[in-house]
Amino acid sequence: MRAAGWPSVFMAVVRREVAVGMKQKSEVLTPLFFFVIVASLFPLGVGPESALLLRMAPGVLWVGALLAAMLSLQRLFATDYADGSLEQFALSPAPLTLLVLAKVFAHFLLSGLPLVLIAPVLGLQFGLDARALGVLTLSLLLGTPTLSLIGGIGAALTLGVRGAGVLLSLLILPLYIPVLIFGAGAVEADAAGMGAGGHLSLLAALLMLSAFFAPLATTTALRISLE
Amino acid sequence: MKTRVIHWFKFASPQNFYGLAGRMWPWFAALAGVLALVGLWISFFVAPTDAQQGEGYRIIFVHVPASQMSMFIYLVMAGWAGFGLAFNTRLSGMMASALAPTGALFAFLSLVTGALWGKPMWGAWWVWDARLTSELILLFLYLGFLALQASIDDPRRADKACAVLALVGVVNVPIIYFSVKWWNTLHQGASVSLTRAPSMATTMLWGMLIMVVAFWMYAIAVALVRVRNIILERERHTEWVKHALE
Repeated sequence: MRAAGWPSVFMAVVRREVAVGMKQKSEVLTPLFFFVIVASLFPLGVGPESALLLRMAPGVLWVGALLAAMLSLQRLFATDYADGSLEQFALSPAPLTLLVLAKVFAHFLLSGLPLVLIAPVLGLQFGLDARALGVLTLSLLLGTPTLSLIGGIGAALTLGVRGAGVLLSLLILPLYIPVLIFGAGAVEADAAGMGAGGHLSLLAALLMLSAFFAPLATTTALRISLE
Repeated sequence: MKTRVIHWFKFASPQNFYGLAGRMWPWFAALAGVLALVGLWISFFVAPTDAQQGEGYRIIFVHVPASQMSMFIYLVMAGWAGFGLAFNTRLSGMMASALAPTGALFAFLSLVTGALWGKPMWGAWWVWDARLTSELILLFLYLGFLALQASIDDPRRADKACAVLALVGVVNVPIIYFSVKWWNTLHQGASVSLTRAPSMATTMLWGMLIMVVAFWMYAIAVALVRVRNIILERERHTEWVKHALE
C-alpha cells in the first residue's frame, strides 16, 4: 500500500486542526481577548500621556502578543496525547515531523494570525501612525510563526508533566527574547528613521532557522514523551 | 601490530564511575580550597589598589570567574546532554543534571557580584547592559532546565527531555547574546562601556587566573559529589549500592 503523499497529509492535519479550533471558539478567542486586555491594562497602569504610550506601544503590543500566543501552546499536543492519536500518528508511515509542522502551522493560523490582525486596532489606541502600524503588523506576521515553532518544543517537552502550563512559560519565554527584540525593534527603528528593513530581515532569518531546527527538536521531544 | 584498546566506556557505567568519582573528588576539592586561599590572599593583600576604582574593584576576582564558569558549565552540560542523546548512556544525563545547579549558582553569583560592583562604580545596582542582560537570561535558561528536571518523575525521561532543552538552549545562547547586544546599542548611548578592558597589573591578572582555576576545581568537585548522590539515588534497587553503603 502506498502511503498518502506528504502534502495531502499535511493539509489534512491542518484542516482537522482548524476545524477543531473553529468548533471550540473559546480556544481561538480567549488568547485574542487576553491580548486586548493586556494591551489595555498598560495605559491604565502608566497613565494616559500620549507621548509615553506612543513610545511604549511596540514593546507592549509585542509582549502582549507573545504572552497570548503562549496561552494556547499547552494544548498543542495535549489532547492528541491524552486520547492516543499522537501515538497513532507516531506509528503511521508519515513522518512525525510532518505532523509537528502541520500542527504548528495550524497553531499559527488559529492563535498567531488573529493577533496579527487585531494588533493594528490596538496600535491605533496607542496612537501609532499608519506607517508604524504597517511595520508592526509585518513584524508580527514574521514573528508569530517563529513563536509557534519555538513554542512547539516547549509544548512537546512538557507533555503530561505536572504543572505543565507554568513550566512551559519558564522554558519558552527566554527563547522568545530575540523575536521580541527584533519585533519591537523594527517599529522603533522605523520611528527613529533607521528603517525597519534590518530588523525585519533578522525576524525572517529567525523564522527560517526555527522552521528548520524547531520541528526536529519538537519531534525528538515528542518521541521522548511517548516512550 | 598490537593495538591498545582503551575501554573508554568502562566508566560510562554508573557503578564504575561511582568509585572513580569517589577517588577523584577529594583531590579537586583540596585543590579548590588551596587555590581559593592563595587567590583570595593575592586579590585582597597583594594586588595593588586600582587607580580609578579604588578598593571596590576587588570583587572582580569573584565576579569574572563566576560569570566565566556559568557560561562554560552550560556548554559542558549541553555537551553531556547531547552525548547522552546520541549514545543513550545513563551517566551523561546524570552528569548534566549534576552540573546544572552549580551553573545556576554561578550565574546567580555573577549577577549579585555584578550588582554589588555596579552600585559604587556606576551608581546603579542594575544597568541594562548587553552582558548583564544575557547573564540574566542564562540564569533563566538554567532555571528552566532545573524546573523541567524536577517536574518529570521518570528520571530517564527527565534526562532526555532536559537534554533536548539544553541543546535548544545552547543553540539559542549566541542568538540571544547578539540580539541583546544589538538591542542595547539601539536603545542606549555609550553610557557605560564594559567592553573596554582596563589594563591590568600582573598581580591582578595572576590573582584572577588562580581564582578561575579554583572555581574550576570547585565546580568539578561539587559536580562529582552530586553525581555520586544521583547515582546512589537512581541505582538504589541494585545489589552494588547496598554493598557500597554498608
